[in-house]
Amino acid sequence: MTGTYLGMPAFPEAAAVSTKNTRLRANLRHATHTIRAKRAAAVAELADWERLRAAGAAIKDRTLRHLDHYLERLESTVTAAGGQVHWAADAEDANRIVTELVRATGEREVVKVKSMATQEIGLNDALAEAGIRAYETDLAELIVQLGDDLPSHILVPAIHRNRTEIRDIFTHRMARWGRPAPEGLTDAPADLAEAARLHLREKFLNAKVGISGANFMVAETGTLVVVESEGNGRMCLTLPETLISVVGIEKVVPTWRDLEVFLQLLPRSSTAERMNPYTSTWTGTTDGDGPRVFHLVLLDNGRTDTLADTVGRQALRCIRCSACLNVCPVYERAGGHAYGSAYPGPIGAILTPQLRGTQSELDASLPYASSLCGACYEVCPVAIDIPEILVHLRERVVEGGPASVRGTRAVIKPAKGHAAERAAMRAARWALDHPGVLRAGQRLASRTRRFHPRRLPGPGRAWTDTRDLPAVPAEPFRDWWQRTHGDGNRSEGKSTT
Amino acid sequence: MSSRDLVLARVRRALADVPRTERPSDAPVDRDYLRAHGDRTTEQTVDLLAENLADYRAIVHRTDAAGLPALIARLLAGRGATSVVVPPGLPAEWLSATDPEEVARIPDTPELTPHDLDAVSSVVTGCAVAVAETGTVVLDAGPDQGRRRITLVPDHHICVIKVPEQVVDSVPQALERLAPERPLTWISGPSATSDIELDRVEGVHGPRTLEVVLVEG
Repeated sequence: MTGTYLGMPAFPEAAAVSTKNTRLRANLRHATHTIRAKRAAAVAELADWERLRAAGAAIKDRTLRHLDHYLERLESTVTAAGGQVHWAADAEDANRIVTELVRATGEREVVKVKSMATQEIGLNDALAEAGIRAYETDLAELIVQLGDDLPSHILVPAIHRNRTEIRDIFTHRMARWGRPAPEGLTDAPADLAEAARLHLREKFLNAKVGISGANFMVAETGTLVVVESEGNGRMCLTLPETLISVVGIEKVVPTWRDLEVFLQLLPRSSTAERMNPYTSTWTGTTDGDGPRVFHLVLLDNGRTDTLADTVGRQALRCIRCSACLNVCPVYERAGGHAYGSAYPGPIGAILTPQLRGTQSELDASLPYASSLCGACYEVCPVAIDIPEILVHLRERVVEGGPASVRGTRAVIKPAKGHAAERAAMRAARWALDHPGVLRAGQRLASRTRRFHPRRLPGPGRAWTDTRDLPAVPAEPFRDWWQRTHGDGNRSEGKSTT
Repeated sequence: MSSRDLVLARVRRALADVPRTERPSDAPVDRDYLRAHGDRTTEQTVDLLAENLADYRAIVHRTDAAGLPALIARLLAGRGATSVVVPPGLPAEWLSATDPEEVARIPDTPELTPHDLDAVSSVVTGCAVAVAETGTVVLDAGPDQGRRRITLVPDHHICVIKVPEQVVDSVPQALERLAPERPLTWISGPSATSDIELDRVEGVHGPRTLEVVLVEG
């Protein structure tokens, strides 16, 4: 694993490797099962959970249907409160803006709060190219950064690492980035957390520039909200002189009051807590308290393409809680890296192919990274119908069709590798439209059943790699019905109903 | 075309299915969820706050106005504190039983650097509001709370809540009382992480010890 998603294999190939990693499987199983039970208990405490969930979905839908209105409102309230608003059409745009803003301060180092948006755009690499070092300060992100690794979970990015691996990473790598790990570091989580505290404290105290994302932005007031646990967020949001927040345009909510819904939904869904240890809200700049300069970078990077799809649009409700990852049987076994983006799990399987498009082999494979069991939809605090979008995206991959690509209408070509599936479906449609053909075909299949292979040859082989071919009965159902319920029995059957 | 105009144009094109006449308020939002969970007396609400604070590893103390100065002095001495950050509007009597010779007063001024704060033992503040259902105290940088950084860098935070007047049941009730233009810090227990095998460890970057004092009268 190296720190880039570029050139990663399609989901099935990546999963074929990761599912054989027994340590990864054990780490993931332990972690996801623990948090599943805790979440269920935290949610059960609120009798009105379903109503909060419906309200959360409705607020997000209202925002999305009038996103231009709320973004313009947000821009004016943030500006009025002393912030500066920038707009970024794509990752390159955002990275350029942030790099220039950091350069203008004359600083060569920045401290970062864990942020999905900056992970998505690869900001750290872009800054490194410009000679600026970005220090991740969330404990799990620190583990990932020191290990030259990639995050594998939205909430706990180093979920694939166990304590011994983390101890080794700290011992061998911390010195390269600053204060070395203490001598004789043990693998007790408390000791590892202490090592991180000491390592990062000097960075926080000296930091002049902080970079964050945000969980919510309130259009009405210009307020940004960051929800966190460790206090690294508070450090980055209050100690530096300059704060740069990179936030996806879908993170806006209309009113201050709307936070009453999301501040109940998010912590219980995410860390399974009544409330996370720290939530910071800020509105522009405050004299004498916190950064003197505040920049907000509003990021599109495929969000408007997602918005243009009336079925897929609901994915933009996502509040990045990661509950869907923790209940997903596919995520639990394949792990986060197989999804090849900052967004793993079920939400990644619908978000990544919409943000990036379905042109690459990896992105076209993601809508298939699901058994469609629906557990993700059930736990989603904003009721995103993930299975519905998965099926919708599968259709786009196989059939192609109209979609928005970088803001313009385009017609997507059917993906390669689905020709056999399309041919089979066309044949099935024809047979089902012609009862005589269907009957003849079924009889032929029954009579030849002892000669049927266990696995399909040719292009069908991939399908039977992971499935058994269904057994064909000795007699077609319609023949059996005719024989046992046919003619003479029919009137008898009718009279009993 | 600027990126701003480009993004806004893309948004408008993406929303071609939304009728032009539809206003934001036309998209329905049903707020039939509860304003508070459960029916409690004021006393029970304060008890629930204490219980939930303790559940997330805050150390909870209860006293009255007369007992507060001695309690704060005892908590600072118990930590072996040699210095304490004092917000500009902290009631003077709160620290009246704490010997300035033993525990130096560090006033919260803009000159105080993060490094200076790192050398301070403790901080004492009031709060803006506390939420019983979630075990949360909210600071709004008011005069008795000071700037956000003073409750962040020192390793020991004593937070005083006036009960019952500063206590609300729920998150919706708390938001009603708070001013969005003020910088807010919502604190639910000491800083924590579950990043290592989802095993919760208290105390990473914020104060590792959070003591909450519920003061009556």
